[in-house]
Amino acid sequence: MFRCKTFNRKKSMIVFVAVLFMMMFLMGRLVYLMVFCSEYYGRKAEDLHERERDIKAARGKIIDATGTVLATNRTVCTISVIHNQIKEPEAVIAALAKELELSEERVRARVEKVSSIERIKSNVDKETGDRIRAYGLAGVKVDEDYKRYYPYDTLASKVLGFTGGDNQGIVGLEVKYDEYMQGTNGKILTLTDARGVEIENAGESRQDPIDGNNLHISLDYNIQMYAEQSARKALEQKQADSVSIIVMNPLNGELMAMVNVPEFDLNNPFTLNYEAEGTVTEEEKQNLLNNMWRNQCINDTYEPGSTFKIITTTAALEEGVVSLNDQFFCPGYITVEDRQIHCHKRTGHGAEDFTHGIMNSCNPVFIDVGLRVGPERFYDYFGSLGLLKKTGIDLPGEAVTIMHSKENIGLVELATMSFGQSFQITPIQLVTTVASIINGGNRITPHFGVSVQDGEGNLIEKFTYDTSEGMISKETSDTVRYLLRQVVAEGGGRNAKIAGYDIGGKTATSQTLPRSANKYISSFLGFAPVDDPQVMVLVIINNPQGVYYGGTIAAPVAKEIFENILPYLEIPFDAEAAKEAETEYME
Amino acid sequence: MNRVPGTGKSRKKQIKYFDYTLLFIIIFLVGFGLVMLYSTSSYNARLNFNGDSAYYLKRQLTASLLGFAAMLVVSRIDYHIWLRLSVLLYAGAFGLCFLVIFIGANINGSTRWLRLGPLSFQPSELAKMAVIVFLSAVISQAPKKIGDFKILCKLVGFTVGPMFLVVGFSNLSTAIIIAGVGACVVFVASPKYLQFILLGLGTAAGGAVLLFTAAYRAERIQVWLHPEEHEKGYQTLQGLYAIGSGGLFGKGLGESMQKLGFVPEAQNDMIFSIICEELGLFGAVCVILLFLLMIWRFLVIANNAPDLFGALMVVGIMGHIAIQVILNIAVVTNSIPNTGVTLPFISYGGTSVAILLTEMGLALSVSRSIKLEMI
Repeated sequence: MFRCKTFNRKKSMIVFVAVLFMMMFLMGRLVYLMVFCSEYYGRKAEDLHERERDIKAARGKIIDATGTVLATNRTVCTISVIHNQIKEPEAVIAALAKELELSEERVRARVEKVSSIERIKSNVDKETGDRIRAYGLAGVKVDEDYKRYYPYDTLASKVLGFTGGDNQGIVGLEVKYDEYMQGTNGKILTLTDARGVEIENAGESRQDPIDGNNLHISLDYNIQMYAEQSARKALEQKQADSVSIIVMNPLNGELMAMVNVPEFDLNNPFTLNYEAEGTVTEEEKQNLLNNMWRNQCINDTYEPGSTFKIITTTAALEEGVVSLNDQFFCPGYITVEDRQIHCHKRTGHGAEDFTHGIMNSCNPVFIDVGLRVGPERFYDYFGSLGLLKKTGIDLPGEAVTIMHSKENIGLVELATMSFGQSFQITPIQLVTTVASIINGGNRITPHFGVSVQDGEGNLIEKFTYDTSEGMISKETSDTVRYLLRQVVAEGGGRNAKIAGYDIGGKTATSQTLPRSANKYISSFLGFAPVDDPQVMVLVIINNPQGVYYGGTIAAPVAKEIFENILPYLEIPFDAEAAKEAETEYME
Repeated sequence: MNRVPGTGKSRKKQIKYFDYTLLFIIIFLVGFGLVMLYSTSSYNARLNFNGDSAYYLKRQLTASLLGFAAMLVVSRIDYHIWLRLSVLLYAGAFGLCFLVIFIGANINGSTRWLRLGPLSFQPSELAKMAVIVFLSAVISQAPKKIGDFKILCKLVGFTVGPMFLVVGFSNLSTAIIIAGVGACVVFVASPKYLQFILLGLGTAAGGAVLLFTAAYRAERIQVWLHPEEHEKGYQTLQGLYAIGSGGLFGKGLGESMQKLGFVPEAQNDMIFSIICEELGLFGAVCVILLFLLMIWRFLVIANNAPDLFGALMVVGIMGHIAIQVILNIAVVTNSIPNTGVTLPFISYGGTSVAILLTEMGLALSVSRSIKLEMI
C-alpha cells in the first residue's frame, strides 16, 4: 500500500493555509464593507429604492377688508410618465402630444428619457387630466395638484402678484408674504424596484401636508373696483399711457386701493395685455412682461410737480419764514441768480397773499418761500419728513428717491425743488409724506398686510408697522389742511369739489424728462374730511393727450372716486352745505 | 467522529470509513443554496417567465437531484476505475468544449452552452473535473519524475494546456480556474519549492503587464478602482450597495431590495451580495466558514488517501472549490477586478451543481477507501 509522502502532506497543508489566509482577508474585507461602509452604502441603496412623492399643501388665500377672497386655489393636474412602466410608447406620445398641445418631439424626448419619473406638464386643467386618465395608458401618471386662482382676474393685479409653477410667489404680495401662505408640502415615501414599480406592503410612510395660512389685507374690493373703473375711464378718454391711483387711510397707512391701469390678467400672467408689435424674441418678451408687471405706484419715480408745494409749505411754516397773509407779487416769472423761471401763468398772478399763492399754485411765490427756507434747511426737511428713505411698504421692489446731494443744492436747484421739480420720488412716497403732514405730523408706514389667520380664522400673526410721531407741529398740520381746503374750495383744485363734503387737495402738472418730448403727468392729491382726514386719494395720469392740466383732468377723476367712496366709507355728509351750494349754483 | 468502526476487531480486516462531515456540509450547502437561489431569483423568474417565480428553483432542484444521484453512485465505485477512464473523460470533455466553439448556444452574449432539446449543458464545467482526474492519473503513473522541471512542463503542457486553450476561447475565467486547479495538483505532487515560487512570481508579473497594457483590461482596472465613476461599474456598485445595506445581521431572508432588478441577474455571480444583504455579516461569514470547513475536510481526506492518485484528485477538488469561492467573493466585494466566477453550490447553474456533486462523490469515494489503521 502506498502512503502519501511527507512532502505531499506538507504541500497540501501549505495550499490549505494559503486558502485560509485568503478567506480571512475576504472576511476582513466583508467586515470593512458591512460595518464601516454600511451606512454609506445603505444610504445610497435607500436613495435608489425610495421614491418620494410630494403632496402639495394648499396655499393660503388672500382676503380683503370686506372678506372677499382675492386669491385662492383651484385643482389642476400634473402629468408625468414612468419610463419603465410604459408599454406602448407611441400611443403615449401621441395621446400626450394631442391632449397637452405639445410638440411631438418634446413629448418624445421626455417619454424616451430613462429616468424613474419624468414630469411632462404641470398646471393642466382638471378636465384635460381626466381625459388623459381615461385613456388608461400604462406608465402615465396624473397627479392632482393645486393652482393659484384669482377670481377677479385683473383686480389689483400689480398689488396681489401671482405664483409660479411650484406655487411660489413671483411678484407682489404673493412673494412678500410667501412664507405665510406657502404651507408645508407633505410626502409619500414608497419603495420601488429597478423598473420603478412600487412595492406593495413595503411600509409606505406618509407625511400630511400643512396648508398655508390666509393673508388678510386692508385693500377693499369695492374701493378698488371704483378706483379701477375711474382709472380705466380716464385712460380711455385721455388716451394716456397709464393711470395710477392710490387710496390710503392717512391715519394709519392702510392702503384701501392701489390701481395701475392697464392691469393684467393674473390667471394668465405670461400673456401680454396688449398686442406686441411684430415678432418678439423670448428675451424681449420677458422684458415686456417685466414691464407689464411693474407696479408704477411703487417701482417707478417721477417729478411730483405742484403737489410737492404742500411739503414746501410745511417746511416754510415750520421754519416760520412765511405767514398766510404775507404779500407776494407775481409778474409771470422770477429771476434766481441768472436764471429766469416762469410761472405756469405767463401773464403773472399779480399781487397775492400766500393763501392765494397756493390756491393759484403760483411758482414765483413758492420759489420765494423756498429761498427763504434756504438750501440746507430745505434739505434737512427732506430728511426729517422721511423723503430720503423708502416708505417701507410691504411690496417688493420699492424705488428710492432720486435727489441732489446736499452740497450740490444751489439756489437754482432749490428754486426748482420748491415747486416739485429736479428730483424724483415714488407716488407712494408722496402719498405717505403728505398723509403724515395732514394727520398731525405722524410718519406712517403704508401697508396692505393686516394679519395672518389659519383656515379656521384663528389669528396667527397681527402685523404692526412703525409710526414716528411729532414730525411737525400740530399747528403746521392744521394750517396745511386749511390751505388745501382753500385750494379745492376756490383754487386750482375746484374740479374735485363735492358739495356737502369737506375736501382738501392739490393739483400738479409735471413735464417728464426729456422736456423736449412734451409729455406730461397730471396728478391730483386729495383727502377728506379736512378736519378729520379719513381717506386720501392720489390720481396720476401719465402722458394724457390733449389738455394735460392736473386741475382739469386729474381732479375730476379724484372727484368721481370721492363721490363713490365717501358715502361708502360713511364720511359725514353736510346736507345743508350741499343745499346752499345748489342754490348758489342756481343763482 | 468520522470513524465508523467495522464489525471485526481484527487489524487485518478493513475498517470502513466514510466522511460524514463532508457529506453533511455538502447537503447543507446545496440546501442553503436552493433557499438563497429561490430568494434571489423569484423576482427575476416572475418577470421573465410569466409569473413562474419558482422557474430557476425548479431547474436547479432537478440538477441537484441528478447531481446527488451521480454523487452516490460515484462515491460507491472504487475510484481506481477512473485511472482507466481518465483518458476517455478528458477526451470527451475536450471534444464537447471544442464543439461549443462551433455549435454553442448563445445565452446572455456568451457562447458556453450546448443545447439538446430542453436541456442545456455547459461543457467547461465538465472540463474542470476532467482535468483534475486526468492530471492526477498521469502524475500517479510516474510520481518520481515530477521533480524534473522539464518533465513537469511537458506534463502540464500536454494535460492542462489543450483544455486551457479550448475553454479559454469562449470563457477565460473558467480557463483560469482550470490553470489554477492544475497548478495546485502539480504543486502538491512535486517535492520542489523554488520553481513554483518563481512560476508564481512570473505569472503575477506577466498578468500585471497584460492587465495594464491591454486597453479593455485597463478599463476593467479603472472600473475596479472607481466603480462609482464608470458606467460599467454599475453591477459592482449595486453589489456593494447590497453588501453595505446588509449590516451586521442583514435585512432578513427574502427582504433584499437589491435583488429587485438593481443587481442584474442576482441569482448568478452576484448571489453572495444578496446573501450579505439578507443575512448580514453574520450569515456571510458563516457561509465562508462552511466552505473553509469543507476545504479542511478535503485536506484530511487527501492527506490520508491510500494512494497518490486519490490524494491528488482530492487536492484538485479542494483547489477547485477554494479558487471559485475566493474569486467569487473577491469579485463581489470588489477586492479584485470583475470576472465571471460562480459561487459553488449556491449560484444558479445546473451543469455546475451537478458536476460539483459528482466531484464530491469522487472525494467521498476516496474517503471511503481510507483505512482506519493508517490514521
